Amino acid sequence: MSSFTVDRAGALGGPAWLKRRRTGAFEELAAMPMPSEKEEVWRYTPIDELALDEYAPSDGQPLGPLGSTFLNAVVADLPERAALVTVVDGRLVAVERTGLPASVRVGGVDVLGDEEGALGRVLAGGDALVRLNDAFHPDVVIVDVPARVVLDAPVVVVHWCTTASAAHGGPDSTAPTDGWPASFPRTMVRLGAGSSGQVVEIVAGAPGAGHGLVVPVTELSAGDGSHLSYAALQVLGTDAWHLSRVAAVAGRDATLRTFTAGFGGAYDRSRTDALADGTGSSTELRSAYLGTGSQVHDVRTLQDHAAPRTTSDLLCKGAVAGTSRSVYSGLIRVRRGAVRTNAFQTNHNLVLDRGAHADSVPNLDIEENDVRCSHASTVGPVDEDQRYYLESRGIPPTRAEQLIVLGFFDDIVQRSPVPTLVPRLRREVRLRLVDALVMDLEEADRDRAEKEASESG
Amino acid sequence: MSLLEVEGLHASAGSREVVRGVDLVVRGGEVHVVMGPNGSGKSTLAHALMGRPGTTVTAGSIRIDGTELVGLPAWRRAQEGLFLALQQPIEVPGVLLEAALSEAMRGTGASEVRARLAAEAAAIGFDERFLQRPLNVDLSGGERKRNEVVQLGVLRPKFAVLDEIDSGLDVDAVRTVAQRIERATSEWGLGVVAVTHFHRVLRELRADSVHVMVDGRLVASGGPELAEELERTGYRAYGVEEGAEGAA
Repeated sequence: MSSFTVDRAGALGGPAWLKRRRTGAFEELAAMPMPSEKEEVWRYTPIDELALDEYAPSDGQPLGPLGSTFLNAVVADLPERAALVTVVDGRLVAVERTGLPASVRVGGVDVLGDEEGALGRVLAGGDALVRLNDAFHPDVVIVDVPARVVLDAPVVVVHWCTTASAAHGGPDSTAPTDGWPASFPRTMVRLGAGSSGQVVEIVAGAPGAGHGLVVPVTELSAGDGSHLSYAALQVLGTDAWHLSRVAAVAGRDATLRTFTAGFGGAYDRSRTDALADGTGSSTELRSAYLGTGSQVHDVRTLQDHAAPRTTSDLLCKGAVAGTSRSVYSGLIRVRRGAVRTNAFQTNHNLVLDRGAHADSVPNLDIEENDVRCSHASTVGPVDEDQRYYLESRGIPPTRAEQLIVLGFFDDIVQRSPVPTLVPRLRREVRLRLVDALVMDLEEADRDRAEKEASESG
Repeated sequence: MSLLEVEGLHASAGSREVVRGVDLVVRGGEVHVVMGPNGSGKSTLAHALMGRPGTTVTAGSIRIDGTELVGLPAWRRAQEGLFLALQQPIEVPGVLLEAALSEAMRGTGASEVRARLAAEAAAIGFDERFLQRPLNVDLSGGERKRNEVVQLGVLRPKFAVLDEIDSGLDVDAVRTVAQRIERATSEWGLGVVAVTHFHRVLRELRADSVHVMVDGRLVASGGPELAEELERTGYRAYGVEEGAEGAA
């Protein structure tokens, strides 16, 4: 852990309580084991390959030309915004308010004043990666909506994360000499009672190859009777590691909706824990992932019910092509006292190539009797009947398959709780599917050639 | 005028031979009804004509205007002018009806496809808001059947195989759907093979020929009066035991 030192954590800025929090987290981190594939929550993942020594906390990079171009594209894609927050390697660079009510606080940790303990309230404890973020996040993006305020447009947070290529010669290769860049984005969203708000977080980096480690932690808190919609989109380059954690809690009669989309990264993990904490609250979790090349996508969810008459509904859809892999593992937990819980969990996986693989592991942990829970999961290639149906209309097989796969994703993408993000999500899917489905075509050609060769022989 | 010729057709679903020698000639504009008890091979005949994977033609020939369809995949048969209205239309999440038809009608402008869709939907009382839905998703059984007929009207095939098109439809809906198909026979000379368990579709769809299918073969052919006779006597005259209709 050469570059991750207490001095480095202690040198990060902020109020005294935050500095104390960082060094405290560092001490806990030093005493903790790193995650291991032996643990159930890390099963099927490549986490044992993580060598923290090879990384170093990124120290204040500029946005750079690639980042600026990306930011401009986001601005064009999401013209309706309440605010735009720009973050580079976890450092808050700019906050632009556009029609945000003055009572809504958006900015760095300073907007909290001396409100000690606001951070970590939703995500108390956590594993070594959460501790790593606790110790090394340079800033905190705060979105704090007071009671009874309704935001019509989303607060958009763009996290540009530096990666570096081996040659150290590329436009985005300003890596510190002591290791590949590691960044620790930190966000806290809080909605007061009866409020309503939308937040988008986009985690992005230079496309293509470039090493980097990104460990974001986001805390979401929906106060009593509030409606919080959150969507996270990850579009890092193909060599980056992304290990994200979203912790969310819904108060009495609150509605909390989350959406995570993982497209980039060599290893992309997104863990979302949603706690229905107040009576009558409901949570809705949506996830999408698309793997090409040799990517690994890993989605973990917890639908946690701690109060009576709560509802959770999860739908997670992903596809794997090439030699990519995916893992979906989700738990519905109904704690004692959470009577009349309704909880649903559905995971669908498309396996587009023979070399690709998907695991789906739904779990239930129910301590109450008066509950209704269901889970369903599918793993398989494009459905034969769907393909036949489209082909019977005169659509050639490759096109039929493309339509079905695009439709598979449209179905989930349209459920983004932040509707303005849908066109962007759809474009990200299409962009990647072009590669994936072309690969499939080539595979079909190979099969045919082999078959013909064996028949003629 | 177009010509569909089915000659000595044998087909198996899985390892079982279900269609055991069917001969049928349908000219453009004609309506042929194939009736038979459950398990007589009607649906397998429909899928053998369309070329469903898993339904294997083991002998015989299917030709449209002289072009052999046996050996061609379903999409090529469709491009030769064949259409199948499925007994149980398939849900395709995220694929809009209009997107699928635009793909099937490459070369036809988007506005033309949209206009045809709207006209066909109006003709049979298919709610226009369903046009913006993914294929068959959240549609009732009856709406799905109407959806098939809308697609038939937009695609204008030479021949349509209708597999139990009347099931799931109420009496009024059967009438509108049958009238639309009837109209297509003169509008562009559509030839129809309607496979059905019940005769009620025949009240609206004027059949030129009625065929009785039992045990994989067409055992009798005649005019519409044959259907009326079947209604009175059932399939007993053709060696089908009472109650055998219940066996799928």
